[in-house]
Amino acid sequence: MEETLEKILTNYQNNEGNIITILQDVEETFGYIPEEAVNWFSKKLDIPASRFYGVATFYTQFNIEPKGKNVITVCTGTTCHIKGAKKLLDGLRKQLNLLEGEDTTDDRKFTVDHVACEGTCSMAPVVLINKKVYGKITANKLSKEIETLRRKTGGRSEG
Amino acid sequence: MKGDVKIKVCMGPSGIALGGAEVIEAFKKEINTAGIKALVGDQCSLHKVGCRGLCTKDILVEVTINGKKTIYENIKPDKVSKIVKEHIVKGNPVKGWTAGKEYHNFHNKQIRVVLSNCGEIDPEDIHSYTAVGGYEAARKALVSMSPEEIVEVVKGSKLRGRGGAGFPTGLKWELGLKIKSDVKYVICNGDEGDPGAFMDRAVMEGDPHSVIEGMIICAKATNSHQGYIYVRAEYPLSVKRLQTAIDQCYEKGFLGKNIFGTGFNFDLKIFQGAGAFVCGEATALARSIEGKRGMPTPKMWRSAERGLRDKPTVLNNVETFANVPKIILKGADWYSSLGTERSGGTKVFSLTGKVKNSGLIEVPLGISLREIIYDIGGGIEGGREFKAVQTGGPSGGVIPAEFLDIEVDYESLALVGSIMGSGGMVVLDETDCMVDISQFFLEFTQSESCGKCIPCRIGTKRMFEILEGITSGRGREGDIELLEELGHYLRTTSLCGLGMTAPNPVLSTIKYFRGEYESHIKNKRCAAGVCSNLS
Repeated sequence: MEETLEKILTNYQNNEGNIITILQDVEETFGYIPEEAVNWFSKKLDIPASRFYGVATFYTQFNIEPKGKNVITVCTGTTCHIKGAKKLLDGLRKQLNLLEGEDTTDDRKFTVDHVACEGTCSMAPVVLINKKVYGKITANKLSKEIETLRRKTGGRSEG
Repeated sequence: MKGDVKIKVCMGPSGIALGGAEVIEAFKKEINTAGIKALVGDQCSLHKVGCRGLCTKDILVEVTINGKKTIYENIKPDKVSKIVKEHIVKGNPVKGWTAGKEYHNFHNKQIRVVLSNCGEIDPEDIHSYTAVGGYEAARKALVSMSPEEIVEVVKGSKLRGRGGAGFPTGLKWELGLKIKSDVKYVICNGDEGDPGAFMDRAVMEGDPHSVIEGMIICAKATNSHQGYIYVRAEYPLSVKRLQTAIDQCYEKGFLGKNIFGTGFNFDLKIFQGAGAFVCGEATALARSIEGKRGMPTPKMWRSAERGLRDKPTVLNNVETFANVPKIILKGADWYSSLGTERSGGTKVFSLTGKVKNSGLIEVPLGISLREIIYDIGGGIEGGREFKAVQTGGPSGGVIPAEFLDIEVDYESLALVGSIMGSGGMVVLDETDCMVDISQFFLEFTQSESCGKCIPCRIGTKRMFEILEGITSGRGREGDIELLEELGHYLRTTSLCGLGMTAPNPVLSTIKYFRGEYESHIKNKRCAAGVCSNLS
């Protein structure tokens, strides 16, 4: 990890960077903001860890917890909303047994996320499954895609 | 078939999502295997272009043979082979696949200024932009115009801020020019965060150079030498295409030191926003570039006086900058004549919702809502009844049928209780519940409130809870009045625009659809059938 963090630090120093650019690099590298990374930078730069967390919790791009293997992002823009995004989101959370306040399943296979607008309103409702866009998606089709993924991911972790 | 063959495949947000890249691959393959390469040689060019507007019919493909254009709609990779064999080889366009009446109606009432290159040029190639007159305006501004002259032209064009507030751009630049400072900044706000809006994304991805060129002209007009483009990290393609465009500009000498040999210097960088709606607000955006939590500060000064790092900062939105090169080349009179008395030019809207033809449109200001929704948009989907159109997203309101004939500009939309906003236009029909729409927007503003000032932090939360109660059958007598009262306080006491405008969706729906609220509360009935706990 240390080597990767050094690289991020160099990038920050060369590009008049700031806390946000560091966190963006960390998020991209690890998929979330590990505590170790924050502490490392905090020591190196003599900036309190609380400032890193202050920024990390303010912006939606940053995740304090690691995400699941599969990320399902439901677009909840206005057009998707009037075309049933909420039902999709509720159904999805139910299918994955997510309790209120939870976004990732216990087995870390799935994370459910939402985005304010994907910019593809003519295809509403839109869901992104691992960044691939599914337009005019129905609850039924989404549920099937999740089952397929569940089988695939299950197979891989067993193997 | 001999001759000059050009194929353009829409790679706007929808085009990409539907598999535009595969369509391009299929064309490449078919053209090769059909041996057309030998016939047309290197005259056959194929490129990806930005958004072509009519997203409903994506993927749109334009085939031009010896100057004769044919538009195909709803193209999938498996349809490519037939187009190549019948049209490109034999010269007979494939019947039934070409764009119909709707495509032409969609375009007839539009005037494309900002979007004139979107869908026409390759956004990743600077030569494609310079071939259509790109960077001529920047050259003119830098070589032969003084900052004062540029400011006069922009003032005369009546261009106003396209981010939503509508502040006259020329006045802002004049303020930026007059202030003396060793360092000044030019910032482009590409933090498009309204749900239901994708105008800026289409411009940044379809014609990134026009934004950069507008910024170079602004830098000259305000005597600034450093600029930032603030883009949402959620728009990775925008970031990539802008970065490519910036790199190409440095290579060509359009950015950096001694631009066009005039001795003028301007450096430009991208700053990736990390996702916070409030960062569209000028002071919050500046804090974010400084690496802090993007919380607004009280506006004692205009950004043009004191903005980023406490230095004078001219901040404009993507669409505003993209208009500037055209204004410099074609003149203030040409641009102002396109719009109304008070607002010059055109505005880009993302027309979506329950409308037949949804997509990205650009219309002259002063056009009526009816023309937009019925002529361009083709009317309501499924022959249902029009109910209202929502403009301005979470800061805007709904406009009912009785106002369909008002002229679209900043003042007239404000007069009926909505705002122009950045350009989201969502059409609602009889199956949409107005209380649900209010709740939807309040849920958004409530979660995006930065929490700094109490009216916004607590006010949006309480308003949301009341609305949630009404839509789930727990509405009480007096709720409507309470919403109005809270809305009034938010409007008058919030620190920034987010809180001040957050009540708009609620207040405007109460104003025009009060009966719907009452029926939810008293009869526990949702006529549109959206609120599932009610009858």
